[in-house]
Amino acid sequence: MQTNFSLTALADAHVSESEKILRACVHCGFCTATCPTYLLLGDEADSPRGRIYLIKDMLEEEKPATPQVVEHIDRCLTCLSCMTTCPSGVHYMHLVDHARAHIARTYTRPLPDRLLRGMLAKVLPFPGRLRLALRVATVSRPIRKWFANLPGGTQLAAMIELSSSFKRRRPTRRLPGATVDRPRGRVALLSGCAQQVLGQNINEAAIRLLTRHGIEVVQPIDEGCCGALVQHLGYESRALDAARHNVDVWTREIENGGLDAIVVTTSGCGTVIKDYGFLLRNDNAYAQKAARISALARDITEFLHELPLQDGVRTTGQVVAYHSACSMQHGQQVRDQPKSLLRRMGFVVREVPEGHICCGSAGTYNVLQPEIANRLRARKVTNIEKVKPQIIASGNLGCITQIGAGTGIPVVHTVELVDWAMGGPLPDVLGRRLG
Amino acid sequence: MSKIRFTEPNREILARRDSIINDLTRLVDPAGLITSADECRAYETDALTAYRKMPLAVVLPKTTEEVSAVLKYCHDTGVKVVPRGAGTSLAGGAIPSEDAVVLGLSKMNRVLAVNYDDRFIRVEAGVTNLSVTAVVAENGFFYGPDPSSQLACTIGGNIANNSGGAHCLKYGVTTNNLLGVRMVLIDGSIIDLGGDYLDSAGLDLLGLVVGSEGQLGIVTEATLRILKSAEGARPVLFGFPSCEGAGKAVADVIAAGIIPVAIEYMDKAAIEICEAFAKAGYPLDVEALLIVEVEGSDAEMDATLADITAIARANGATTVRESRSAIETAAIWKGRKSAFGATGRVADYLCMDGTVPTGKLSYVLAEISKIVQRHGLRVANVFHAGDGNIHPLILYNANDPSQQSKAEAAGDDILRLCVEVGGCLTGEHGVGIEKRDLMGCQFDDADLAQQIRVRAAFDPRWLLNTDKVFPLDFRCQG
Repeated sequence: MQTNFSLTALADAHVSESEKILRACVHCGFCTATCPTYLLLGDEADSPRGRIYLIKDMLEEEKPATPQVVEHIDRCLTCLSCMTTCPSGVHYMHLVDHARAHIARTYTRPLPDRLLRGMLAKVLPFPGRLRLALRVATVSRPIRKWFANLPGGTQLAAMIELSSSFKRRRPTRRLPGATVDRPRGRVALLSGCAQQVLGQNINEAAIRLLTRHGIEVVQPIDEGCCGALVQHLGYESRALDAARHNVDVWTREIENGGLDAIVVTTSGCGTVIKDYGFLLRNDNAYAQKAARISALARDITEFLHELPLQDGVRTTGQVVAYHSACSMQHGQQVRDQPKSLLRRMGFVVREVPEGHICCGSAGTYNVLQPEIANRLRARKVTNIEKVKPQIIASGNLGCITQIGAGTGIPVVHTVELVDWAMGGPLPDVLGRRLG
Repeated sequence: MSKIRFTEPNREILARRDSIINDLTRLVDPAGLITSADECRAYETDALTAYRKMPLAVVLPKTTEEVSAVLKYCHDTGVKVVPRGAGTSLAGGAIPSEDAVVLGLSKMNRVLAVNYDDRFIRVEAGVTNLSVTAVVAENGFFYGPDPSSQLACTIGGNIANNSGGAHCLKYGVTTNNLLGVRMVLIDGSIIDLGGDYLDSAGLDLLGLVVGSEGQLGIVTEATLRILKSAEGARPVLFGFPSCEGAGKAVADVIAAGIIPVAIEYMDKAAIEICEAFAKAGYPLDVEALLIVEVEGSDAEMDATLADITAIARANGATTVRESRSAIETAAIWKGRKSAFGATGRVADYLCMDGTVPTGKLSYVLAEISKIVQRHGLRVANVFHAGDGNIHPLILYNANDPSQQSKAEAAGDDILRLCVEVGGCLTGEHGVGIEKRDLMGCQFDDADLAQQIRVRAAFDPRWLLNTDKVFPLDFRCQG
């Protein structure tokens, strides 16, 4: 597509990168067909092609974001289904990241929106604060409907609704790593931020799986949030700080003991860590180190898939609907490994119709855009239930929570099922059904 | 920069913009009325991005009744209307005018009825082509026309352009697969044409509507014929050391009376582009590739393929490779159907769409390469060879205005060539604005005047998709 940037604008590294992305787009419209918001809303401006066009105009004209542009960019789930569909190789993710940073710089959001986004950015990436916030949310549940009448209140009510749907089973703590005798490999396992509070059972299962295969697991104590949450909220410099911090932490591990991989059990985080090399490409002190970290990042299913895997020890055969998180199938293009692992363990894996469409979780999207998120969840649950599964498996905590709030069928992380099949404990949510 | 003229917008309409918008708010749901500059901008072009015009406003109705209310209002107040499906036109069919309201069908995407006994499906016009097949696939049925943009393009747009696709060689184009429509005329009246069966009584008005590029009315619902899928289908790749050999092979297959489901052609430039994207296993050491798909029982496919292979070999085919798995078949078609978009990875392009007699394919291909060279540009050819529907992609740099005009001049020369050899200006993309000013090469004044009279019978005030199809200086009122 033709572009029209001034030479001075192109001197900016972000702009010149976005210009390259825009030049690749031929405006064919294929992406509209697989965009969840276009499917629901039918407005070009709520499609990838429309958003690309709005971003193009905003950047070319070097103008501040308008409320209309912000509304349509905010409605983007960043599911990246468009990138899987795009025949022209348009890197929508980098373009929309740039747009979000531009919005953060040039647009003042209404106060309730600012407060909500500020709170999400200050709470979610910090396990201690998140624990506290969840207690507050549980206490506020009975009065959540009262919030709905306040400005920004629907989002607040959605957040309380969502957080009170978490079934916390036991007090959580930071997991130590795990050593093995004569290790065959050594990996860092991302602790995650929200996952430490809401889904520690996932990493417990991952550690059992890895150590069972002779892999030593380290969990560096000072590792922080991957930066995805703040990045998608448009806080670019905070995202870069988070990336630099983790690059330092993992580089230290590489230098002291070596790492075969940085293993991630939340695909939303994996997508961003795999992109550190790009995010820090213009930072001379970090570019190289970040590229090395990105090259080491693996989803747990990718890593397990490359190992000589042990056989399962349990009687399986349960029908599992595998829900591929968008960050897994579109962000990381990891498609077959999770299903292949589950099949290998004897589960009957069923593909979900319309599997390429987002469940509405999308990081903080289900808090910020509850109406669209709820419609997508209903659509997803209907599609999942069509294949009549006994269990739903997914590789991303956000999806597990989102889908779990809409169906009675238990939703677990893929590694929890694989771990159970190999002799690990039965995931709590399956306790009454399979136990 | 651009050679295509647009009419001067009607200043009186522009001056009334606020009151028109105010009136429209009473006719459509607020979520379906778009008026801000930022949001209208998303509608200023389609897949022919070289041309752009901001519309007066955009309406996205949800029902036939809303469409009717908007058209009646526009008719009564003299406001132009540009219909839009998914905005995938490569000929600029959905490009607005500044004094026109864009009427998009994207919110009308419901499936209304499926009838397997009588083999039809009734859908709203905003349903995408591929989702029609998706609805009936689980019962072993499909919808025949399959334009390469089938993932995104709408049935309404398919009807407006009489769209075809790779498999139309056997199954025919839209007009052969459309049973009936509900359509809103410019005065707001709602009419039904055709029915749930293949032929209908009286004048074939349905045939008239197909391919009318949104100038006779706006189709809001369509009844489509669905077909039972064959027992099996198998694409085969035939690689040739010369374009002429491949072109001659196509002509010989058709002349022999063999009708495969599809015969698709790619030249070396297109093969390299598509292989890089789809990793379909296309041979890279050939000058031209034919993807020939046959279907039926194994015995039927084997017999047809033996005949086709003999013809291909006689014309110098050096590679013959059958797809051996569903995954391979999917990759072969993915590469072909994504060809235009994938070309965006290497250059900007103008996609031509002409039709030539298959016997002239070799000659036309050689001439195209001369034309493009003469204009100092490159070309990639990827098209539906079986029915002679060519799509040369003229590669250029859109940020270089001199290349833009060279590309357009080369495009015009290619389309004139199609007419000269006995073919026509358009296969399936429509005339739009792109080929409007070449209509005089295809039709003489008497022909055009007669077509314009038909158009005026439906839209006497010339309000529907006004600047398209007919040359601007050749307008008469009915």
